[in-house]
Amino acid sequence: MSAGAYNFAYLDEQTKRMIRRAILKAIAIPGYQVPFASREMPMPYGWGTGGVQVTAAIIGPDDVLKVIDQGSDDTTNAVSIRGFFVKTSGVATTTRTDAATVIQTRHRIPETPLAAGQILVYQVPIPEPLRFLEPRETETRTMHALEEYGLMHVKLYEDIARHGHIATTYAYPVKVAGRYVMDPSPTPKFDNPKMHRSPALQLFGAGREKRIYAIPPHTDVVSLDFEDHPFSVQEFDAPCALCGAEGVFLDEVIVDDAGGRMFVCSDSDHCEERRAAGHEGTLAGAPAWSGAAAAAATEDAS
Amino acid sequence: MTGPGAKGGPLLRASGITKFYGDRVGCRDIGFELWPGEVLAIVGESGSGKTTLLNCLATRVVPTAGVIEYRMRDGRMRDLHALSDAERRLLMRTDWGFVHQNPIDGLRMTVSAGGNVGERLMAVGERHYGHIRETATDWLGRVEIAADRVDDDPRSFSGGMRQRLQIARNLVTGPRLVFMDEPTGGLDVSVQARLLDLLRGLVADLGLSAIVVTHDLAVARLLSHRMLVMKGGEVIEEGLTDQVLDDPQAAYTQLLVSSILQV
Repeated sequence: MSAGAYNFAYLDEQTKRMIRRAILKAIAIPGYQVPFASREMPMPYGWGTGGVQVTAAIIGPDDVLKVIDQGSDDTTNAVSIRGFFVKTSGVATTTRTDAATVIQTRHRIPETPLAAGQILVYQVPIPEPLRFLEPRETETRTMHALEEYGLMHVKLYEDIARHGHIATTYAYPVKVAGRYVMDPSPTPKFDNPKMHRSPALQLFGAGREKRIYAIPPHTDVVSLDFEDHPFSVQEFDAPCALCGAEGVFLDEVIVDDAGGRMFVCSDSDHCEERRAAGHEGTLAGAPAWSGAAAAAATEDAS
Repeated sequence: MTGPGAKGGPLLRASGITKFYGDRVGCRDIGFELWPGEVLAIVGESGSGKTTLLNCLATRVVPTAGVIEYRMRDGRMRDLHALSDAERRLLMRTDWGFVHQNPIDGLRMTVSAGGNVGERLMAVGERHYGHIRETATDWLGRVEIAADRVDDDPRSFSGGMRQRLQIARNLVTGPRLVFMDEPTGGLDVSVQARLLDLLRGLVADLGLSAIVVTHDLAVARLLSHRMLVMKGGEVIEEGLTDQVLDDPQAAYTQLLVSSILQV
Protein backbone atom coordinates (compact mmCIF):
# COMPACT_ATOMS: atom_id res chain seq x y z
CA MET A 1 0.00 0.00 0.00
CA SER A 2 1.39 3.36 -0.91
CA ALA A 3 0.33 6.54 0.75
CA GLY A 4 -0.45 7.99 -2.68
CA ALA A 5 -3.48 5.74 -2.96
CA TYR A 6 -5.21 7.67 -0.19
CA ASN A 7 -6.73 11.10 -0.08
CA PHE A 8 -4.96 13.34 2.44
CA ALA A 9 -5.69 11.96 5.93
CA TYR A 10 -7.52 8.91 4.53
CA LEU A 11 -11.09 10.30 4.40
CA ASP A 12 -12.45 11.75 1.16
CA GLU A 13 -13.15 15.47 1.08
CA GLN A 14 -16.97 15.14 1.14
CA THR A 15 -16.78 13.04 4.28
CA LYS A 16 -14.49 15.59 5.91
CA ARG A 17 -16.95 18.36 5.06
CA MET A 18 -19.75 16.35 6.63
CA ILE A 19 -17.71 15.79 9.80
CA ARG A 20 -16.65 19.46 9.92
CA ARG A 21 -20.29 20.53 9.73
CA ALA A 22 -21.05 18.26 12.68
CA ILE A 23 -18.06 19.69 14.56
CA LEU A 24 -19.19 23.28 13.92
CA LYS A 25 -22.66 22.47 15.20
CA ALA A 26 -21.14 20.75 18.25
CA ILE A 27 -19.05 23.83 19.00
CA ALA A 28 -22.10 26.06 18.60
CA ILE A 29 -24.05 23.98 21.17
CA PRO A 30 -21.47 23.03 23.83
CA GLY A 31 -21.98 19.53 25.21
CA TYR A 32 -24.73 18.60 22.76
CA GLN A 33 -24.26 15.26 20.98
CA VAL A 34 -24.43 15.86 17.24
CA PRO A 35 -25.20 12.77 15.14
CA PHE A 36 -22.90 12.25 12.16
CA ALA A 37 -22.52 9.64 9.43
CA SER A 38 -19.60 7.78 10.97
CA ARG A 39 -17.54 5.91 8.37
CA GLU A 40 -16.02 2.48 8.44
CA MET A 41 -12.37 2.96 9.37
CA PRO A 42 -9.48 0.54 8.90
CA MET A 43 -9.49 -0.36 12.58
CA PRO A 44 -12.04 -1.97 14.89
CA TYR A 45 -14.66 -0.02 16.82
CA GLY A 46 -13.30 0.67 20.27
CA TRP A 47 -9.85 1.54 18.94
CA GLY A 48 -10.66 5.19 18.41
CA THR A 49 -12.58 5.32 15.13
CA GLY A 50 -14.48 8.41 16.28
CA GLY A 51 -11.38 10.29 17.36
CA VAL A 52 -9.54 9.31 14.16
CA GLN A 53 -12.38 10.66 12.00
CA VAL A 54 -12.44 13.95 13.90
CA THR A 55 -8.67 14.27 13.65
CA ALA A 56 -8.75 13.40 9.93
CA ALA A 57 -11.38 16.08 9.34
CA ILE A 58 -9.49 18.90 11.08
CA ILE A 59 -5.82 18.11 10.44
CA GLY A 60 -3.85 20.08 7.84
CA PRO A 61 -0.38 19.62 6.32
CA ASP A 62 1.13 22.14 8.76
CA ASP A 63 -0.26 20.54 11.90
CA VAL A 64 1.87 18.70 14.42
CA LEU A 65 0.14 15.64 15.82
CA LYS A 66 0.51 14.01 19.21
CA VAL A 67 -1.38 10.83 20.08
CA ILE A 68 -1.68 9.47 23.60
CA ASP A 69 -3.26 6.35 25.00
CA GLN A 70 -3.85 6.38 28.77
CA GLY A 71 -1.43 9.31 28.90
CA SER A 72 1.33 7.42 27.16
CA ASP A 73 2.81 8.12 23.73
CA ASP A 74 4.27 4.66 23.25
CA THR A 75 1.43 2.19 23.78
CA THR A 76 -0.12 0.22 20.91
CA ASN A 77 -3.13 2.41 20.28
CA ALA A 78 -1.09 5.62 20.27
CA VAL A 79 1.70 4.22 18.10
CA SER A 80 -0.67 2.75 15.51
CA ILE A 81 -2.86 5.85 15.20
CA ARG A 82 0.23 8.06 14.93
CA GLY A 83 1.56 5.68 12.25
CA PHE A 84 -1.80 5.84 10.47
CA PHE A 85 -1.65 9.62 10.12
CA VAL A 86 2.03 9.64 9.18
CA LYS A 87 1.21 7.22 6.38
CA THR A 88 -1.98 8.86 5.12
CA SER A 89 -1.19 12.54 5.64
CA GLY A 90 2.54 12.86 6.18
CA VAL A 91 2.08 15.40 8.99
CA ALA A 92 4.80 15.92 11.56
CA THR A 93 4.32 14.12 14.86
CA THR A 94 5.62 14.80 18.31
CA THR A 95 5.36 13.47 21.82
CA ARG A 96 5.75 16.93 23.34
CA THR A 97 2.46 18.41 24.51
CA ASP A 98 3.55 22.01 24.01
CA ALA A 99 4.80 21.35 20.46
CA ALA A 100 1.57 19.73 19.22
CA THR A 101 -1.28 21.56 17.50
CA VAL A 102 -3.62 18.56 17.48
CA ILE A 103 -3.59 16.01 20.29
CA GLN A 104 -5.67 12.88 19.95
CA THR A 105 -6.21 11.26 23.30
CA ARG A 106 -7.61 8.12 24.75
CA HIS A 107 -8.59 8.69 28.38
CA ARG A 108 -6.20 11.40 29.57
CA ILE A 109 -5.67 15.13 29.36
CA PRO A 110 -1.94 15.98 29.33
CA GLU A 111 -0.48 17.34 32.56
CA THR A 112 1.14 20.26 30.73
CA PRO A 113 -1.56 22.95 30.52
CA LEU A 114 -2.97 23.32 27.03
CA ALA A 115 -2.72 26.63 25.23
CA ALA A 116 -5.00 28.60 22.95
CA GLY A 117 -4.81 27.25 19.41
CA GLN A 118 -4.35 23.65 20.43
CA ILE A 119 -7.10 21.10 19.78
CA LEU A 120 -7.67 18.07 22.00
CA VAL A 121 -9.52 15.21 20.27
CA TYR A 122 -11.03 12.55 22.55
CA GLN A 123 -11.84 8.99 21.56
CA VAL A 124 -15.24 8.24 23.07
CA PRO A 125 -16.73 4.76 23.48
CA ILE A 126 -20.16 5.69 24.92
CA PRO A 127 -21.15 9.35 24.52
CA GLU A 128 -24.46 9.16 26.41
CA PRO A 129 -23.95 9.86 30.14
CA LEU A 130 -27.49 8.64 30.92
CA ARG A 131 -27.12 5.37 29.03
CA PHE A 132 -26.73 2.99 31.95
CA LEU A 133 -29.62 4.61 33.80
CA GLU A 134 -32.03 4.93 30.89
CA PRO A 135 -31.55 2.46 28.03
CA ARG A 136 -33.97 4.12 25.59
CA GLU A 137 -32.30 6.55 23.18
CA THR A 138 -35.65 8.29 22.49
CA GLU A 139 -36.03 8.91 26.21
CA THR A 140 -32.48 10.16 26.81
CA ARG A 141 -32.81 12.60 23.93
CA THR A 142 -36.01 13.96 25.45
CA MET A 143 -34.29 14.21 28.82
CA HIS A 144 -31.45 16.24 27.27
CA ALA A 145 -33.91 18.42 25.38
CA LEU A 146 -35.94 19.18 28.52
CA GLU A 147 -32.88 19.38 30.76
CA GLU A 148 -34.18 16.59 33.01
CA TYR A 149 -31.00 15.52 34.72
CA GLY A 150 -32.32 14.29 38.08
CA LEU A 151 -31.45 10.75 37.07
CA MET A 152 -27.75 11.58 36.86
CA HIS A 153 -27.85 12.43 40.54
CA VAL A 154 -29.58 9.13 41.30
CA LYS A 155 -26.38 7.45 40.11
CA LEU A 156 -24.26 9.62 42.40
CA TYR A 157 -26.74 9.00 45.24
CA GLU A 158 -26.31 5.26 44.73
CA ASP A 159 -22.54 5.65 44.89
CA ILE A 160 -22.72 7.37 48.27
CA ALA A 161 -25.35 4.94 49.60
CA ARG A 162 -23.18 1.96 48.67
CA HIS A 163 -19.67 3.25 49.23
CA GLY A 164 -20.00 6.23 51.53
CA HIS A 165 -18.57 8.58 48.91
CA ILE A 166 -19.00 9.25 45.20
CA ALA A 167 -17.17 6.21 43.85
CA THR A 168 -17.34 7.17 40.17
CA THR A 169 -13.69 7.73 39.28
CA TYR A 170 -13.80 7.95 35.49
CA ALA A 171 -16.38 9.12 32.95
CA TYR A 172 -17.52 11.45 35.72
CA PRO A 173 -20.51 13.45 34.44
CA VAL A 174 -20.10 17.18 33.89
CA LYS A 175 -22.45 20.02 33.02
CA VAL A 176 -21.20 22.10 30.11
CA ALA A 177 -21.94 25.83 29.89
CA GLY A 178 -24.75 25.41 32.42
CA ARG A 179 -26.88 23.40 30.03
CA TYR A 180 -25.99 19.93 28.74
CA VAL A 181 -24.80 17.08 30.93
CA MET A 182 -21.92 15.40 29.15
CA ASP A 183 -19.79 12.28 29.51
CA PRO A 184 -16.15 13.40 29.35
CA SER A 185 -15.24 9.97 27.87
CA PRO A 186 -13.52 7.56 30.27
CA THR A 187 -10.93 10.09 31.45
CA PRO A 188 -10.19 9.85 35.17
CA LYS A 189 -12.14 12.43 37.16
CA PHE A 190 -8.69 13.78 38.04
CA ASP A 191 -8.76 15.46 34.63
CA ASN A 192 -12.24 17.00 34.95
CA PRO A 193 -11.00 20.32 36.39
CA LYS A 194 -8.65 20.69 33.40
CA MET A 195 -11.65 20.87 31.07
CA HIS A 196 -13.06 23.87 32.92
CA ARG A 197 -12.39 27.07 30.95
CA SER A 198 -9.57 25.42 29.03
CA PRO A 199 -8.08 27.74 26.42
CA ALA A 200 -7.86 24.79 24.00
CA LEU A 201 -10.71 23.49 21.85
CA GLN A 202 -11.92 20.06 22.98
CA LEU A 203 -13.61 17.74 20.45
CA PHE A 204 -15.14 14.36 21.21
CA GLY A 205 -15.73 11.67 18.58
CA ALA A 206 -17.67 8.42 19.09
CA GLY A 207 -17.38 6.28 15.96
CA ARG A 208 -19.59 3.34 16.79
CA GLU A 209 -22.28 5.52 18.39
CA LYS A 210 -21.96 8.10 15.57
CA ARG A 211 -21.85 11.20 17.76
CA ILE A 212 -19.61 14.25 17.94
CA TYR A 213 -19.65 16.80 20.74
CA ALA A 214 -17.42 19.65 21.79
CA ILE A 215 -16.34 22.08 24.46
CA PRO A 216 -15.32 25.43 22.95
CA PRO A 217 -12.39 27.28 24.58
CA HIS A 218 -13.07 29.07 27.88
CA THR A 219 -16.33 27.19 28.55
CA ASP A 220 -17.58 26.38 32.03
CA VAL A 221 -17.38 22.65 32.75
CA VAL A 222 -18.72 21.73 36.18
CA SER A 223 -18.59 18.24 37.68
CA LEU A 224 -21.91 17.17 39.19
CA ASP A 225 -22.02 16.58 42.95
CA PHE A 226 -24.08 17.00 46.12
CA GLU A 227 -23.89 19.98 48.45
CA ASP A 228 -22.75 17.74 51.31
CA HIS A 229 -20.57 15.51 49.10
CA PRO A 230 -18.66 17.94 46.88
CA PHE A 231 -16.67 16.82 43.86
CA SER A 232 -13.02 16.03 44.57
CA VAL A 233 -10.20 14.52 42.53
CA GLN A 234 -8.04 11.50 43.33
CA GLU A 235 -5.06 12.09 45.58
CA PHE A 236 -1.90 10.02 45.69
CA ASP A 237 0.20 9.20 48.72
CA ALA A 238 3.59 9.33 47.04
CA PRO A 239 5.06 11.32 44.18
CA CYS A 240 6.03 9.75 40.81
CA ALA A 241 8.79 7.17 41.43
CA LEU A 242 10.71 8.29 38.35
CA CYS A 243 10.41 12.07 38.22
CA GLY A 244 9.15 12.93 41.70
CA ALA A 245 6.17 14.88 40.37
CA GLU A 246 3.30 15.60 42.75
CA GLY A 247 -0.25 16.55 41.89
CA VAL A 248 -0.22 14.46 38.71
CA PHE A 249 -2.15 11.32 37.82
CA LEU A 250 -0.13 8.17 38.56
CA ASP A 251 -0.24 4.64 37.14
CA GLU A 252 0.51 1.63 39.27
CA VAL A 253 3.18 -0.61 37.75
CA ILE A 254 3.95 -4.10 39.01
CA VAL A 255 7.74 -4.49 38.97
CA ASP A 256 8.35 -8.05 40.10
CA ASP A 257 6.46 -11.20 41.07
CA ALA A 258 6.89 -10.61 44.80
CA GLY A 259 4.29 -7.88 45.15
CA GLY A 260 6.66 -5.03 44.34
CA ARG A 261 5.05 -2.02 42.71
CA MET A 262 5.77 1.55 41.79
CA PHE A 263 3.64 4.57 40.97
CA VAL A 264 4.71 6.56 37.93
CA CYS A 265 3.30 9.44 35.89
CA SER A 266 0.54 8.33 33.55
CA ASP A 267 1.60 11.18 31.22
CA SER A 268 4.86 9.75 29.79
CA ASP A 269 5.87 12.98 28.03
CA HIS A 270 5.47 15.01 31.21
CA CYS A 271 7.58 12.50 33.12
CA GLU A 272 10.36 12.46 30.53
CA GLU A 273 10.54 16.24 30.37
CA ARG A 274 10.83 16.44 34.12
CA ARG A 275 13.58 13.83 34.21
CA ALA A 276 15.42 15.63 31.40
CA ALA A 277 15.22 18.76 33.54
CA GLY A 278 16.94 16.94 36.38
CA HIS A 279 13.99 15.93 38.60
CA GLU A 280 14.47 12.53 40.19
CA GLY A 281 12.12 10.17 41.96
CA THR A 282 13.01 7.36 44.34
CA LEU A 283 13.48 4.77 41.58
CA ALA A 284 15.01 7.04 38.92
CA GLY A 285 18.09 5.56 37.29
CA ALA A 286 17.05 1.98 37.98
CA PRO A 287 18.43 -0.09 35.10
CA ALA A 288 15.09 -1.35 33.86
CA TRP A 289 13.95 2.17 33.15
CA SER A 290 16.87 3.86 31.49
CA GLY A 291 16.38 1.80 28.31
CA ALA A 292 12.71 2.62 28.02
CA ALA A 293 13.37 6.31 28.47
CA ALA A 294 16.02 6.26 25.76
CA ALA A 295 13.71 4.45 23.35
CA ALA A 296 10.95 6.97 23.92
CA ALA A 297 13.33 9.86 23.41
CA THR A 298 14.47 8.62 19.98
CA GLU A 299 10.86 8.39 18.86
CA ASP A 300 10.47 12.12 19.41
CA ALA A 301 10.53 13.04 15.75
CA SER A 302 9.35 16.64 15.86
CA MET B 1 -71.42 24.15 40.44
CA THR B 2 -68.05 24.90 38.82
CA GLY B 3 -67.31 28.56 39.24
CA PRO B 4 -64.34 29.25 36.97
CA GLY B 5 -61.24 30.15 38.95
CA ALA B 6 -63.12 29.55 42.20
CA LYS B 7 -61.06 27.78 44.81
CA GLY B 8 -63.76 25.15 45.17
CA GLY B 9 -63.74 24.01 41.53
CA PRO B 10 -63.02 20.48 40.38
CA LEU B 11 -59.41 19.28 40.15
CA LEU B 12 -59.89 17.44 36.91
CA ARG B 13 -62.66 17.60 34.34
CA ALA B 14 -62.96 15.11 31.50
CA SER B 15 -65.49 15.40 28.73
CA GLY B 16 -66.14 13.24 25.69
CA ILE B 17 -63.04 11.08 26.15
CA THR B 18 -62.91 8.65 23.26
CA LYS B 19 -60.08 6.39 22.22
CA PHE B 20 -60.08 4.14 19.17
CA TYR B 21 -57.41 1.57 18.45
CA GLY B 22 -57.92 1.40 14.69
CA ASP B 23 -61.52 0.28 14.33
CA ARG B 24 -61.77 -1.08 17.85
CA VAL B 25 -63.13 1.00 20.68
CA GLY B 26 -60.93 1.55 23.72
CA CYS B 27 -63.35 3.84 25.47
CA ARG B 28 -66.13 6.06 24.19
CA ASP B 29 -67.55 9.44 25.19
CA ILE B 30 -66.65 9.46 28.87
CA GLY B 31 -67.06 12.54 31.00
CA PHE B 32 -66.76 13.22 34.73
CA GLU B 33 -65.36 15.63 37.27
CA LEU B 34 -62.93 14.81 40.04
CA TRP B 35 -62.94 17.06 43.09
CA PRO B 36 -60.05 17.76 45.45
CA GLY B 37 -59.69 15.05 48.10
CA GLU B 38 -61.97 12.70 46.23
CA VAL B 39 -61.13 9.10 45.35
CA LEU B 40 -62.77 7.82 42.19
CA ALA B 41 -62.81 4.14 41.30
CA ILE B 42 -63.16 2.90 37.76
CA VAL B 43 -64.43 -0.68 37.82
CA GLY B 44 -65.35 -3.20 35.18
CA GLU B 45 -64.23 -6.50 33.75
CA SER B 46 -61.08 -7.08 31.72
CA GLY B 47 -61.23 -5.35 28.36
CA SER B 48 -63.87 -2.85 29.43
CA GLY B 49 -61.58 0.11 28.75
CA LYS B 50 -60.61 0.99 32.33
CA THR B 51 -56.87 1.16 31.71
CA THR B 52 -57.31 2.94 28.36
CA LEU B 53 -59.31 5.62 30.14
CA LEU B 54 -56.74 5.90 32.90
CA ASN B 55 -53.89 6.21 30.39
CA CYS B 56 -55.79 8.94 28.53
CA LEU B 57 -56.34 10.83 31.78
CA ALA B 58 -52.69 10.49 32.80
CA THR B 59 -51.56 11.69 29.32
CA ARG B 60 -49.81 8.41 28.66
CA VAL B 61 -52.07 7.88 25.64
CA VAL B 62 -53.51 10.58 23.37
CA PRO B 63 -57.31 10.24 23.15
CA THR B 64 -58.93 10.23 19.72
CA ALA B 65 -61.41 12.85 20.91
CA GLY B 66 -62.35 14.67 24.08
CA VAL B 67 -60.88 17.23 26.44
CA ILE B 68 -59.22 16.70 29.81
CA GLU B 69 -58.70 19.78 31.93
CA TYR B 70 -56.66 19.91 35.11
CA ARG B 71 -56.46 22.63 37.73
CA MET B 72 -52.79 23.60 37.98
CA ARG B 73 -51.31 24.80 41.28
CA ASP B 74 -51.93 28.38 40.20
CA GLY B 75 -55.68 27.60 40.13
CA ARG B 76 -56.12 27.78 36.36
CA MET B 77 -57.78 24.94 34.42
CA ARG B 78 -55.50 23.76 31.59
CA ASP B 79 -56.15 21.33 28.75
CA LEU B 80 -53.71 18.50 29.52
CA HIS B 81 -53.13 17.42 25.97
CA ALA B 82 -52.36 21.00 24.96
CA LEU B 83 -49.54 21.33 27.51
CA SER B 84 -45.98 21.35 26.23
CA ASP B 85 -43.89 18.23 26.78
CA ALA B 86 -41.87 20.04 29.42
CA GLU B 87 -44.95 21.17 31.36
CA ARG B 88 -46.55 17.75 31.17
CA ARG B 89 -43.46 15.90 32.34
CA LEU B 90 -42.98 18.35 35.18
CA LEU B 91 -46.59 17.78 36.20
CA MET B 92 -46.11 14.02 36.08
CA ARG B 93 -43.13 14.03 38.39
CA THR B 94 -44.29 16.65 40.86
CA ASP B 95 -48.06 17.08 41.04
CA TRP B 96 -49.03 13.55 39.99
CA GLY B 97 -48.23 10.01 40.91
CA PHE B 98 -48.77 6.86 38.89
CA VAL B 99 -48.88 3.53 40.70
CA HIS B 100 -48.51 0.67 38.26
CA GLN B 101 -50.10 -2.72 38.72
CA ASN B 102 -46.69 -4.35 38.40
CA PRO B 103 -44.16 -2.55 40.61
CA ILE B 104 -41.36 -3.47 38.18
CA ASP B 105 -42.90 -0.95 35.74
CA GLY B 106 -42.85 1.83 38.30
CA LEU B 107 -39.56 1.21 40.10
CA ARG B 108 -35.91 1.25 39.10
CA MET B 109 -35.08 -2.28 40.06
CA THR B 110 -31.30 -1.77 40.09
CA VAL B 111 -31.43 1.35 42.27
CA SER B 112 -31.68 1.15 46.05
CA ALA B 113 -34.96 1.84 47.85
CA GLY B 114 -33.60 5.19 49.02
CA GLY B 115 -32.59 6.13 45.47
CA ASN B 116 -36.02 5.13 44.18
CA VAL B 117 -37.77 7.40 46.65
CA GLY B 118 -35.19 10.17 46.22
CA GLU B 119 -35.35 10.26 42.43
CA ARG B 120 -38.26 12.68 42.27
CA LEU B 121 -36.60 14.96 44.82
CA MET B 122 -33.43 15.06 42.75
CA ALA B 123 -35.51 15.62 39.62
CA VAL B 124 -36.94 18.80 41.13
CA GLY B 125 -33.51 20.06 42.13
CA GLU B 126 -32.73 18.72 45.62
CA ARG B 127 -28.94 18.49 45.80
CA HIS B 128 -28.25 17.69 49.44
CA TYR B 129 -27.55 13.99 49.99
CA GLY B 130 -28.34 14.11 53.72
CA HIS B 131 -31.74 15.71 53.18
CA ILE B 132 -32.66 13.32 50.39
CA ARG B 133 -31.75 10.32 52.49
CA GLU B 134 -33.62 11.64 55.51
CA THR B 135 -36.77 12.21 53.49
CA ALA B 136 -36.46 8.81 51.83
CA THR B 137 -36.04 7.03 55.17
CA ASP B 138 -39.02 8.93 56.57
CA TRP B 139 -41.18 7.83 53.65
CA LEU B 140 -40.06 4.21 53.92
CA GLY B 141 -41.26 4.35 57.52
CA ARG B 142 -44.62 5.73 56.46
CA VAL B 143 -45.15 2.80 54.09
CA GLU B 144 -43.98 0.34 56.75
CA ILE B 145 -40.60 -0.58 55.24
CA ALA B 146 -37.86 -0.94 57.86
CA ALA B 147 -35.25 1.83 57.79
CA ASP B 148 -32.40 -0.70 57.48
CA ARG B 149 -33.69 -1.66 54.01
CA VAL B 150 -33.01 1.81 52.63
CA ASP B 151 -29.88 0.67 50.76
CA ASP B 152 -31.32 -2.61 49.48
CA ASP B 153 -32.56 -2.69 45.92
CA PRO B 154 -36.18 -3.67 45.20
CA ARG B 155 -35.16 -6.98 43.69
CA SER B 156 -34.68 -8.20 47.24
CA PHE B 157 -38.18 -7.01 48.26
CA SER B 158 -41.39 -9.04 48.39
CA GLY B 159 -44.29 -8.11 46.10
CA GLY B 160 -46.09 -6.21 48.85
CA MET B 161 -42.95 -4.30 49.83
CA ARG B 162 -42.30 -3.38 46.20
CA GLN B 163 -45.82 -2.04 45.87
CA ARG B 164 -45.44 0.00 49.07
CA LEU B 165 -42.07 1.31 47.84
CA GLN B 166 -43.71 2.35 44.59
CA ILE B 167 -46.33 4.26 46.56
CA ALA B 168 -43.67 6.02 48.66
CA ARG B 169 -41.74 6.94 45.51
CA ASN B 170 -44.85 8.56 44.07
CA LEU B 171 -45.97 10.43 47.16
CA VAL B 172 -42.62 11.94 48.16
CA THR B 173 -43.12 15.16 46.20
CA GLY B 174 -46.57 15.73 47.73
CA PRO B 175 -48.67 15.16 44.59
CA ARG B 176 -52.27 16.29 44.48
CA LEU B 177 -53.49 13.52 42.18
CA VAL B 178 -52.47 9.88 42.07
CA PHE B 179 -53.44 7.42 39.36
CA MET B 180 -53.50 3.78 40.41
CA ASP B 181 -53.82 0.87 38.03
CA GLU B 182 -54.89 -2.22 39.97
CA PRO B 183 -52.70 -1.30 42.97
CA THR B 184 -53.45 -4.56 44.76
CA GLY B 185 -53.30 -6.86 41.74
CA GLY B 186 -51.09 -9.89 42.25
CA LEU B 187 -50.92 -9.59 46.03
CA ASP B 188 -52.37 -12.15 48.42
CA VAL B 189 -55.38 -11.08 50.43
CA SER B 190 -53.71 -10.37 53.77
CA VAL B 191 -51.08 -8.19 52.06
CA GLN B 192 -53.87 -6.56 50.04
CA ALA B 193 -55.72 -5.72 53.21
CA ARG B 194 -52.69 -4.04 54.77
CA LEU B 195 -51.90 -2.15 51.58
CA LEU B 196 -55.47 -0.90 51.34
CA ASP B 197 -55.36 0.15 54.96
CA LEU B 198 -52.14 2.03 54.31
CA LEU B 199 -53.46 3.67 51.15
CA ARG B 200 -56.65 4.73 52.86
CA GLY B 201 -54.66 6.31 55.68
CA LEU B 202 -52.29 8.14 53.33
CA VAL B 203 -55.06 9.42 51.08
CA ALA B 204 -56.96 10.75 54.09
CA ASP B 205 -53.88 12.26 55.79
CA LEU B 206 -52.54 13.96 52.69
CA GLY B 207 -55.88 15.04 51.25
CA LEU B 208 -55.00 13.38 47.97
CA SER B 209 -57.29 12.94 45.05
CA ALA B 210 -56.97 9.59 43.38
CA ILE B 211 -58.30 7.70 40.39
CA VAL B 212 -58.14 3.97 41.01
CA VAL B 213 -58.68 1.39 38.30
CA THR B 214 -59.66 -1.99 39.67
CA HIS B 215 -61.67 -5.05 38.82
CA ASP B 216 -61.94 -5.80 42.52
CA LEU B 217 -65.13 -4.32 43.94
CA ALA B 218 -63.83 -4.75 47.49
CA VAL B 219 -60.94 -2.41 46.70
CA ALA B 220 -63.38 0.12 45.29
CA ARG B 221 -65.60 -0.21 48.37
CA LEU B 222 -62.73 0.40 50.77
CA LEU B 223 -60.88 3.16 48.94
CA SER B 224 -63.24 5.18 46.85
CA HIS B 225 -65.94 7.74 47.42
CA ARG B 226 -67.42 7.52 43.99
CA MET B 227 -67.25 5.03 41.17
CA LEU B 228 -67.71 4.58 37.44
CA VAL B 229 -68.76 1.17 36.14
CA MET B 230 -67.49 0.46 32.64
CA LYS B 231 -68.48 -2.10 30.07
CA GLY B 232 -67.47 -2.32 26.42
CA GLY B 233 -65.66 1.01 26.60
CA GLU B 234 -68.58 2.98 27.99
CA VAL B 235 -69.66 4.09 31.44
CA ILE B 236 -72.90 2.31 32.22
CA GLU B 237 -73.39 3.48 35.78
CA GLU B 238 -71.86 6.03 38.13
CA GLY B 239 -72.53 7.32 41.59
CA LEU B 240 -71.43 7.16 45.21
CA THR B 241 -69.61 3.91 45.88
CA ASP B 242 -71.92 2.65 48.58
CA GLN B 243 -74.95 3.59 46.58
CA VAL B 244 -73.79 1.80 43.44
CA LEU B 245 -72.69 -1.31 45.30
CA ASP B 246 -75.69 -1.56 47.59
CA ASP B 247 -78.32 -0.65 45.04
CA PRO B 248 -76.97 -1.32 41.53
CA GLN B 249 -79.30 -0.12 38.79
CA ALA B 250 -77.76 -1.41 35.55
CA ALA B 251 -78.13 -5.10 34.84
CA TYR B 252 -74.40 -5.52 34.34
CA THR B 253 -73.60 -3.82 37.65
CA GLN B 254 -76.05 -6.13 39.37
CA LEU B 255 -74.24 -9.06 37.79
CA LEU B 256 -70.86 -7.71 38.94
CA VAL B 257 -72.05 -7.17 42.49
CA SER B 258 -73.68 -10.57 42.69
CA SER B 259 -70.48 -12.19 41.37
CA ILE B 260 -68.46 -11.23 44.43
CA LEU B 261 -67.29 -14.38 46.13
CA GLN B 262 -68.68 -14.78 49.61
CA VAL B 263 -66.46 -16.76 51.93
